[in-house]
Amino acid sequence: MHSTLFLILRRMRAPLILLILSYAVSILAMTLIPGVDANGRPAPPLDFFHAFYFVSYTATTIGFGEIPMAFSDAQRAWTIVTIYLTVIVWLYSIGTIFGLLQDPAMQRAIRANRFAAEVRRLRQPFYLIAGCGETGVLLLHALDSRNQQAVVLDIDRERVGELELGQYQQDVPALTADARLPENLIAAGLHHPLCAGVIALTNDDPVNLSVAVTTKLLRPELPILCRADLLETADNMASFGVEDVVNAFETFGEHLGIAINNPGHHLLYQWLTGVPGEPLAMPMEPPRGTWLVCGYGRFGKAVARHLDKQGIQLVVVDEHPPSDHERTVVGRGTEAHTLLEAGIEQAAGIVAGTADDINNLSIAMTARQLKPDLFVVLRQNRHANAALFQRFAAQATMQPSSIVAHEFLSLLTTPLLPRFFNLALHQGDAWADVALSRIAAVVGDTVPEVWDRELSKTETLAIWQALSEGRTLRLGDLLRSPSNREENLACIPLLLKRGSEEILVPDSDTPLLDGDRILFCGEAHTRRQQALGLHDYNTLNYLLTGNQAPGGLVWRKLAERNKA
Amino acid sequence: MNLEKVIFGFFIILAMTLNFGFVIGELDNPVHHDVYELFFAIVVNLIATVLKFGERTQIGAIHLASSLVADLQLIAAAGVWATAVYLTGTGLTPGVTASIVSLAAGALAANVLSVIMLLVETVMFRR
Repeated sequence: MHSTLFLILRRMRAPLILLILSYAVSILAMTLIPGVDANGRPAPPLDFFHAFYFVSYTATTIGFGEIPMAFSDAQRAWTIVTIYLTVIVWLYSIGTIFGLLQDPAMQRAIRANRFAAEVRRLRQPFYLIAGCGETGVLLLHALDSRNQQAVVLDIDRERVGELELGQYQQDVPALTADARLPENLIAAGLHHPLCAGVIALTNDDPVNLSVAVTTKLLRPELPILCRADLLETADNMASFGVEDVVNAFETFGEHLGIAINNPGHHLLYQWLTGVPGEPLAMPMEPPRGTWLVCGYGRFGKAVARHLDKQGIQLVVVDEHPPSDHERTVVGRGTEAHTLLEAGIEQAAGIVAGTADDINNLSIAMTARQLKPDLFVVLRQNRHANAALFQRFAAQATMQPSSIVAHEFLSLLTTPLLPRFFNLALHQGDAWADVALSRIAAVVGDTVPEVWDRELSKTETLAIWQALSEGRTLRLGDLLRSPSNREENLACIPLLLKRGSEEILVPDSDTPLLDGDRILFCGEAHTRRQQALGLHDYNTLNYLLTGNQAPGGLVWRKLAERNKA
Repeated sequence: MNLEKVIFGFFIILAMTLNFGFVIGELDNPVHHDVYELFFAIVVNLIATVLKFGERTQIGAIHLASSLVADLQLIAAAGVWATAVYLTGTGLTPGVTASIVSLAAGALAANVLSVIMLLVETVMFRR
């Protein structure tokens, strides 16, 4: 606020001085020019009080007339001068103020001030999001539907404008500013005690990098989530301790590789990261065999590396094929003869992974004409082309913005989930099949909700009380239904984290300790039912013993006496 | 030499001298205190205030504050004068004159402070 006020004052200097001078001259002359009385005899001039009164209503064009009595001709002559002088200066001053308010620099200052004030007033934990393109909007909607506050910085004015028009439950403070400048991050609440984390997901790697560096230097304890499109940037970020770097191409390549070799694990991933309540995804079973990779850019390289790792035969089709690959074909892949040359008739799958959506669709359509049962993986670059990609219905469509948004969301809301997948991957396919059938038995045919619980005083008060009284709690107690303890809640514990120890799919007999974190999956209403026992001591007591313990202090004392 | 500094100094010193000219004389004798001098003191003080707008330094802030104090005191003096002469019809009795002049004397103190700060600033300014 202060800087805008000073800006206004500084620009208003000239008009204000002119205003004071014109008033002074007008008033002074009115106190010197003699008047006339009712009989036409000369009368003393106006005094200061009446002169000021007269000039005040004349200058503001109110014009009450000749007060307190009719003027002499000399006074009227000076009134003409007064009118033109003061009215013009008034208009000039008002014009300057309006000009100032319309001034782009001024408006930017006002907006920045309002934004900083909104951020300062935030009273709940919030995430600072730098970059609000397609990925940012997806993430913002997901956070908003979970009642998570966010603050947004974006370099593009139109995107910030769209944000203001968007349908959000919460007010999302947004500012058009360069996230590379530390002062903008600070204005967006980097130093705010309730800032829960910084998320850098612009489509520009250097910007994300500079956001990460700024945050690491100014608030080292804050978690940072970064998007990186280049492997070098990801390595760079990891080198100075950024917790989570998401590279959409690597993520997708990895999952494609897993889907080919361990379809069970991939299905598990799809089930647990989907949107809760939607139908469970059918297993995607990419065939083994030779794969064609069209377009050897960032995406093509990532896919090729992960398929290579799984021992899949590859043919790379690119206008500038890499020299380090064994089987390459020169061309774009949009023409039939290039694909035939690459051996599409013997191929099991094709990856259309150029940076151009229309080329990708053209590759996929040509390939499907040549071999209708081919497994097609399409890269979709722009969200706006979604209709085309839906119509084509490839076996797998890779959309960088939605992959990054989903990864970020699972990192933010269920930090244990990535750990779970990591550990699960080391188990065999048979293990994954067992896990899948258990989940399917519990949740039916819709995507389950995944949540994690931290056993601590602030998160689960009842558990903390019971533990501090020295009672023994087992994981199975959290799975009992508060309406009937003989029945089990429809949920599965996936992972228990205690310090650095991690137990995959822990047993019901596992004893619980303060500070444990447990990842569950199940239906949404199960989560709410479970919460009853975590916060309410009496419910927890019922779950543990089956007794409906008296709640109040007096009744509890009486009950103890009865026992004794 | 900087013209801006000349104008700035001119108005600040003129504000003080006009104020001084109005205040000097017997405290309760209306003949010693001319209303025109009060008028000019107010006008020049207002201009000096506007000239101080937009200074971001600490000393600039104190400058502005002292000027605002002087404005307030002088306008209060003018208000007392207008009230006594036109609104209540008491006229310029010794009591009214004394209160007008003492209000203006308060403004003089603020104006003297302004001039002292101007001098301090000039002395500190080594270049």
